[in-house]
This record gives sequence, structure tokens and C-alpha cells, in this order.
Amino acid sequence: MLSAKAIIRLSTLVSILAWVALVFTDLSIVFSSTSSINQSVGEEIPKILLSVFTFAIFLYFKFKIEKAESINFVDLLWKVFVTGLVVTIISLFFRLILNLLGSTKLAENVVFLDFLYLANLGLVISFLVSTFIVWKRLILYQKSKFLLTTWKVFEYGLLASLIYSLFDGPAVVWFREYFIAILILLGLFLSANMKWVAYLNFKQKWKSILLIALAMFYLGYFSFTLAGFAGDISETTTLFQDFRDSVFIISMISFIAVYALFSLLVILFNLPTSSVFEQKLEEVLNFQRLSQSVQTEQNEERVYDILLESSVSTVLADAAWIELHGPNGQSTYFTHNIEEDAIIKIKEHFLDNNIKGILDKGSDKTKNLGKFLSTLKGTSYRSMIAFPVHVKGKQEATLALLKDVSDGFNKENANIIDAFSNQAGISIENFRLLSEAIQNERYKEELKIAKKVQSSLLPQTLESSDYFDVAAFSEAADEVGGDYYDTLKIDDDRMAIIISDVSGKGTSAAFHMSQMKGVFQSLAQLDLEPKDFLVKANTALSKCLDKTSFITTSYFIIDTKKQCVDFARAGHCPTLFFNAKEKEWQFFQNKGLGLGILRSGDFANFIQPNSFKYKSGDIIVLYTDGITEAKNFKNDEYGYERLQEAVSRSVDASVIDIQELIIKDLYDFTGSPIIDDDYTTLIVKFK
Amino acid sequence: MVDVKRIQEGSYDLISIIGEVDASSSIELDNAMSEAINSGRKEFLVDCSALEYISSAGLGVFMSYIEEFKRHEISIAFFGLNEKVANVFEILGLDQLLTIKDSKEEAQSTL
Repeated sequence: MLSAKAIIRLSTLVSILAWVALVFTDLSIVFSSTSSINQSVGEEIPKILLSVFTFAIFLYFKFKIEKAESINFVDLLWKVFVTGLVVTIISLFFRLILNLLGSTKLAENVVFLDFLYLANLGLVISFLVSTFIVWKRLILYQKSKFLLTTWKVFEYGLLASLIYSLFDGPAVVWFREYFIAILILLGLFLSANMKWVAYLNFKQKWKSILLIALAMFYLGYFSFTLAGFAGDISETTTLFQDFRDSVFIISMISFIAVYALFSLLVILFNLPTSSVFEQKLEEVLNFQRLSQSVQTEQNEERVYDILLESSVSTVLADAAWIELHGPNGQSTYFTHNIEEDAIIKIKEHFLDNNIKGILDKGSDKTKNLGKFLSTLKGTSYRSMIAFPVHVKGKQEATLALLKDVSDGFNKENANIIDAFSNQAGISIENFRLLSEAIQNERYKEELKIAKKVQSSLLPQTLESSDYFDVAAFSEAADEVGGDYYDTLKIDDDRMAIIISDVSGKGTSAAFHMSQMKGVFQSLAQLDLEPKDFLVKANTALSKCLDKTSFITTSYFIIDTKKQCVDFARAGHCPTLFFNAKEKEWQFFQNKGLGLGILRSGDFANFIQPNSFKYKSGDIIVLYTDGITEAKNFKNDEYGYERLQEAVSRSVDASVIDIQELIIKDLYDFTGSPIIDDDYTTLIVKFK
Repeated sequence: MVDVKRIQEGSYDLISIIGEVDASSSIELDNAMSEAINSGRKEFLVDCSALEYISSAGLGVFMSYIEEFKRHEISIAFFGLNEKVANVFEILGLDQLLTIKDSKEEAQSTL
């Protein structure tokens, strides 16, 4: 398909060529008919050319005006005015030439007259078509399917009339008047669509009236000019393009005239009510401002400002205030045209007269307070309405509007202010929600930092030994977790290993976990027996754990010289031990009490230390209860047996491989990447 | 999801814990225990036969009252723990601090 630009250019070219050809052919026909010379051109040629010209002009304006982006009505009418003006000036120029020639031979020459007539005809057709397209845009503003169909019928009817004009004969002449009548009726019907008028403001209406009146004037002038020429020419010859026989031109002129007249009258009658429409528009805009006030960087005060401003301008109040009810009974005021003293006086007056109403939050029934004002001396206000601003069901502010005249507020005023107050309440609520959301976002960021800090609490690298390998893994259920493991070299032969689990999870668990790290890093250096370590740790932690928190832990000292492990358990999950030589599995169930459970006295009595000898290939598996208590969708726990089985499948593998196998087996079992409690394992395998 | 009921039965109060005690429902258990202690009663039996699961946070609730039981000279005994729950009490060492029995009669006799 051709682009709009190409069509505009092409139609311009075609219309100019068609018009020039029209002039030559028509002049030759007129000349030959008056000079009794045999016609060399067929009579139908100029008719065809005129139709082609009209169609090209039609296409030109269709793409030029109809597709234009702007839908400003006054701009559209301005286009009509400008086209009309240009056409008038050119037409007047021709008239001037004719007048200058006076009654010379040339001025009476029918061929010359025909030339001027054709020039005028071309210009007028341009004006008609361009106006027609503008009318189309006006009529089809807010279109319905029915309207669109009717318009199409009308437009195709007009285009059909161009083809119709090519034929001749008695039947065609007979039908012509009916054709015109049908088109005019359709035009009349379409002319009832004036919705665009309602959207003009007062100033635009005046402009439109002026522009339409001028367009009507042009139309009258053109019809008159053309008729004059046609009359003069037809005295001599009938073989010219008489517009009075053209269905297209006659229908166009009548349609444009009718719609112009209708528009003019409708706008004129709408002038007095335009202020009401503008007022409504203002209300809608104010409403929009209120609801959008939160989206920008504005604050709650700004919402009240807008509410006050909008309310005053909408109901044309003489004075107004908004009272903000503070949390401790003190009030803040936003005022318009009124002093705070005057407000307090009015409020006191109501209080003295025991008038329950919205002002003192007593009830929301007495919105209209005007009648009580008359008894107040020293005030010029005679009517008053007040509305509450509710935020989350609580009255946070009161809006009061005052007028100098009595009964100054009607029901519509009350309704719209009520709506404004509600919207303001919603805006403030949204504003608070937004602030909360931002706050939450900040907390999330803080948690991310906490996670970072906490993950640095777990050792990045474990102590290494020539006699055994160690691997550890930890995964927190929340951003931060309560599991802890660590290693510390006591001397060349001995290494301390710890695993801990703080009760609960999340932030509080994470804090206690960091305390556990402090306890381990300081106590482990002291070369204590496992039991002494736990007793001292219990004493230290009892002073800092909160009431319901405790820490379970297992503490190991691996002595590579004696090939022996000393350990004690403080409420932690029993250690899993694999004896490689005997192929035996064992959970060490020695007695132990969690740290922080017994905060005074005889904690030591509840700890039973243990020790065992190890050989090459033996494995120690430490873990937290997050692993054994992990559940699948059937609510089954992972449990000790599954853990033991998982390790037993890979006793010959390296510690890293054993660890990966346990983790994989665990996730396969739960069937979900989301974990309920922190998972931690620490595996030792002796070389 | 936990439901804690306290009924007076002769000289003692019977506290029944029904359901699961995790971090969120432990608050409910805490409230019930604190209410029981503040009621002025001195003897309690805790029926755990309908307690399906208890997390470390739930154990923390019992733990936090151990010293108060002593201070207020309250005698309390637990019974009817299922295997899993009993294991959790045992691992943590709470079985050394609290009286835990299989049946109600045994528990009652310790008061």
C-alpha cells in the first residue's frame, strides 16, 4: 500500500492535471459550440475529468485532515476558515480582473468567462471537500457503530454521485432530484450529531461561532459567484459543466450549510451552560489530583493542601479550614481565608450550644451547620458544611467550608466534597502503605547485610590435619540462621571441633549463634576437657541468652597422637560414628543437657563425657536436628536411619563426596528446595 | 496449631497439649503455662498423648519454666509422650530435669 504522504502527493498531482485538462477540453467544447466548429472532443470527457478532479481533491483532504493527529475542534474549524479565506482571495482576484476589463470584448467572451468559472469551480470544490472532511471528524467524534454505518452510506452515496454525473439521458435527469433529496436527508440526519460542542469551553465556543459564521459566509459567497458565472455562460451555451446539475456539489453545499447552521445554533444555545460543564470538568480534575497526589514525592500535608484547595475552588467557598486531630488531642490547622482565632471561636460557639456534629467528632449526622451560625456574633459567615477525613476507619481530620450567604451549599456541593474527603482519606492511607512498603524494603536490605555478616561467622576454611579430612556444609532456612560449626587447633596433636544449634531460627537465633562463636573461640584455646568446656560455656551463655532460648552443642577434641577422641554432648543430636574395620554404626547417646537450660547450680551433673579410639577409615558425622527432622510432603521425618543409610552408601568416598551425597539424599527426600529449619553437617574421616 | 486445655481434676490440674508446637504456636503454649503457674495451683499433670510434634522453640517454653516450678514449689509431671516427642526431650536432656512417665497413674503417683 502507498503511504499517506505518497497518496497526498499523488492526489495533488492528479487533481492539478485533471483540472488543467478539464480547462482545455471544456474551453474547446464551449469554443466550438459558439463558433459552430465541429467538436474534436467528446462531451463526456470534461465530465470525467471533473469527477477525477473531485475525487483526487477528496483523497487529498481525506489524508491531509482526517488522518491528522490533533483533534482540537477549534483547530479543525480554523482549517476550514483558512481554506475558505484562500479560496475567497483568489476568487476576488478573478473578480477584480473581470471588473478591470469592464465591458470590453474579452469580458463578454464566453470562453474567457468559462475559464474563470472553471477556476472558481475548482477552488470551491476544494473548499467544500475540505469542510466536508472537517465536518466528518466533528460528527464522528464519539461514534457508534450505527453512526459509522450511516456515515459510510452517505460518503459512498456522494462518491457514487460523481460516477452518476457521467451518464446522461432522461432517466438520469429524472432521478437526479431524488438522488439529491436522499443525500440531503441523510445529511440532515447526520447533522444531529453535535457531541463535540459539549467539550468546548466558553472561549472556544465563541471562537467556534465566529469561525463557523465565516465559513457560512464563504459558502454563500461562493454559491453566489458560481451561480453568477453559470448564469452568464448558460445564456450563450449549455455545453459547459454546470454545477447546478451536479448532484455532488448541490448535496455538498446543502450538507455543509445545514451542519454549519445547526452547529452555530447549538453552540449559541450551549453558551450559558458551558460554565456548568467546565465546573464538572474541574471537579474531575481535582479528584484526579487528590488521588494522584501520593504517587509523586508529596507528603500527607500536601494531600490536605490539595483537598482544601480543590474543595474551595469547586464549591466556591468563602473560607475553609482543615483541622488535623493530633494523637494527644492537639490540633493543626490548614486554613483558607480564615484566622485560627476565628476557627476556635466558631468551634467554641458550637460547643457552648451543645451542637453535636462532625467538628467535635461526636457524630457525622450534622454535616450542614449553617443554621447554628446565625446565633454567633461577630462573624459574617451564614452557611457551613463539615466533613470527616477517615484513614483506616479513624477520623484523622475535619474539613469545614464556609460561605457568606445562607443556604450556600446545595446537595451536589455536599456530595462532591464528601467524595473529595473520602478520596483524600484513601490517598493518605495509600501514602502510609507506600511508606511502610519502603520501610519493609529497607528491613530486607538490613537482613541481607545481616546474612552477609553472619555467613562470615562460619569459618571460610576449616583447620586441616595430616591424619584426617574435615568437610562442613550449612544452609539457613531464613535469611540468617542459628547453626554453627568451627574448628580450632589446640596444639600439634590436638584439634577442637564444635557443632551448635540455637533453639528457634531467624534473627534472634543468629545473634545467639554469634555469641556461641565468641564462647568457642575463647574457651577452646584454654585447653579444657570437653565437660569443663561445656560447663564454662553454660555459665557464660546463661548470662546472655533470652529466657526461652538454649543452645545444643557437641564438643570434640581429636588427639591424633593417642588416636582418640574425647567429647561431650550438651543436648545436641547424637553423633554418628562409623567403625570401618568392624563395619559398625553407632549413635553416641551419652547424657547431656542443652546450654542455657539450667542457668544456675549443678549443670555439671547433667553432662556425661565420653571418648573412643579411632582407626583409619572411621567416619564421624555431626549434624543438626534440621536434617533429621526435615519432613517430606507425607509429613515423614528424614530421621536417623535414612541419614545412616546415606552415609553407609559412600563410606569409601572422600568427605566432600559423602557430604554431597547426604545433601542430595536429603533434598530428594523432602522434594522441595525450601527448607524449614537450618541444615548443617560436619564430617570427619580419618586417614 | 496447638490447643492447650487445663482442667481441674481433684488435687491437681490436668494440662492437655493437642497438636503440634512450633515456633509460632509456642507462644500459645507459653501463655497457657504462664496462666497455669499464676493460677496458684501447685500440682500439675501434663498430658502429651495428643502432642504430635514439638520444635526446639516449644521445648524452650518448658525449659523457661523449670526454674519457676522450683521457686513456686510446683510439682509437675509429664506423661503419654509419643516416641518422637520423648526422643526430643531426651536428646536435649530435659528428661533429667522434668518428671516424665509413660502413664497417667505413674505420673500422678510422683506428685
